[in-house]
Amino acid sequence: MYGNAYIDPNDKATAMTAGEDPKKLEEFEARIARGEKIEPMDWMPKEYRKQLVRMIEQHGHSEIIGALPEGTWITRAPGFRRKLALMAKVQDEVGHAQLLYSAAETLGKSREAMINDLITGKSKYSNVFNYPAYTWADACIIAWLIDAGAIINQVANAKGSYGPYCRALDRICTEESFHLKYGHDNVVTLATGTPKQREMVQAALTRWWPPIMHFFGPSDKISNHTEILMRWKVKMATNDDMRQQFLNMYVPKIWDLGLTLPDENLIKNAAGKWEYTEPDWDEFKRVVNGGGPCNAERLAVRRNAEERGRWVREALNTTESKYIVPLA
Amino acid sequence: MNQKTTEAIKELLYKMADDLLIIGHRNSEWTGLGPILEEDISFSSMAQDKIGQAQALYVLLNDLGEQEPDTVAFMRNANQFHNSQLVELPNGEYDFSLVRHFLFDHADQLRFESVANSNYEPLAKVARKVKGELKYHVFHANTWFVKLGSANEESHNRMQAAFNEAWNYALGMFEPSKNEYLLIAEGIFEGEETLQEKWLANITPFIIKAGISIPSSETWNPVYGGRVGKHTKHLSPLVEEMSEVFRYDPTAEW
Repeated sequence: MYGNAYIDPNDKATAMTAGEDPKKLEEFEARIARGEKIEPMDWMPKEYRKQLVRMIEQHGHSEIIGALPEGTWITRAPGFRRKLALMAKVQDEVGHAQLLYSAAETLGKSREAMINDLITGKSKYSNVFNYPAYTWADACIIAWLIDAGAIINQVANAKGSYGPYCRALDRICTEESFHLKYGHDNVVTLATGTPKQREMVQAALTRWWPPIMHFFGPSDKISNHTEILMRWKVKMATNDDMRQQFLNMYVPKIWDLGLTLPDENLIKNAAGKWEYTEPDWDEFKRVVNGGGPCNAERLAVRRNAEERGRWVREALNTTESKYIVPLA
Repeated sequence: MNQKTTEAIKELLYKMADDLLIIGHRNSEWTGLGPILEEDISFSSMAQDKIGQAQALYVLLNDLGEQEPDTVAFMRNANQFHNSQLVELPNGEYDFSLVRHFLFDHADQLRFESVANSNYEPLAKVARKVKGELKYHVFHANTWFVKLGSANEESHNRMQAAFNEAWNYALGMFEPSKNEYLLIAEGIFEGEETLQEKWLANITPFIIKAGISIPSSETWNPVYGGRVGKHTKHLSPLVEEMSEVFRYDPTAEW
């Protein structure tokens, strides 16, 4: 997983480059146009740095928050095979957070500052994790379809312009492709299993469909996306394009399993484009802004973990001089 | 192999496997909640090793006529488990988890080293592989135990308190088993008493280095019972949680 680090760029191009040295800006843009990567010590516009920090950080947060709904199923996974695989998967996700925070640190923001912004609600994470994983099947749907969505997003972003982020994404995508197989195998097992299993996987899919449709972010029609982020290769594909790609790859697979999707209008038209009921973007905004079923709980768990671990971090930061127990 | 020796081997395999399954389960509970990301990942990694090791031992039990590994792990009730009570205790804070990890993994390392030379070849074979994994678990435990035991006043006090709390349970890992004498006689396992002596010798230098005090030996009171299915109130909810999905539809393939 998990990052669908879409950007909702309402900033206007002129405001984004205000005050930058025109010559340096021109060279910077020429480098990107030539397909070169920008490295940490290179010159970059302030806004480029800011947008990347925001995006990479948000992606990192999505990994550790995303570990929560799936993580709760590790202790309940049915059988050795599933238990071992799910543990390895969620461990990967936490490892991704570590990689991503490191990539973001190269732009000048410390991990502590990022985590602090997460737990105080200042920075966001993927909206889908504000929904609960009620059953084992929910965890399976997440592993398959949310990871599938994340791969589409990340494969695109891996071709972006910022070197450290691209390299982190290359590695992340390799691991994600295993998660996808794991998730698919689980869903196939449930969908072709006993009546109880089929019922639970269908219910989970129905529950998760609206968040999945929200996953790539607001429609291009309402998202005022800026050319400049595409030109800078911070954003590599539009939200709607990624959504189309996802539908094209996964709807047929879902239908093949005999599962149904809760959208009567979902159909591939003659031009090869998917038509669907417009997702409820008001609901999306409400959840992004804290009104989802799990926003408060997710942050509370994270805050609590940070609080409980504080003494460990403080102890780690003490110098090598050894604490001696006082004699009296 | 005669019937009695086989029973004794099963007894040994069950206690080893159940210890690993339950500590692995507890370790996995740190996923997403560790004090730093790196530790989150470490505990998750060790959890995978432990659960994998447990599975390998349940396979040996299956070869001796017991049920399938999944059935044994996910369909028994708490009173049919043979793990020591130490491993079933809740994680508590990171201090307790770490102290338990230190005390348990040193013992487990010795146990596997011992059976790597066992005359029971299937177990010896598994043990030779597991030993390589345990080396890193013990290394991890030593590093953190020493660091946190001696870093600052708060970390020291926490580690000492956790150590005191865990100590008698840790001694309980070496609860003697009924048929152990057969295993000793046949060169299959060297026995709990020997193991405990070696364990004390191995852990003491690190305890001293960490500035932690071992409770005075007059107060030692090993918590036995786990090996014969007597458990704390904490094991039942753990087992129920672990098998919740598996038992939801026992006819299903998961």
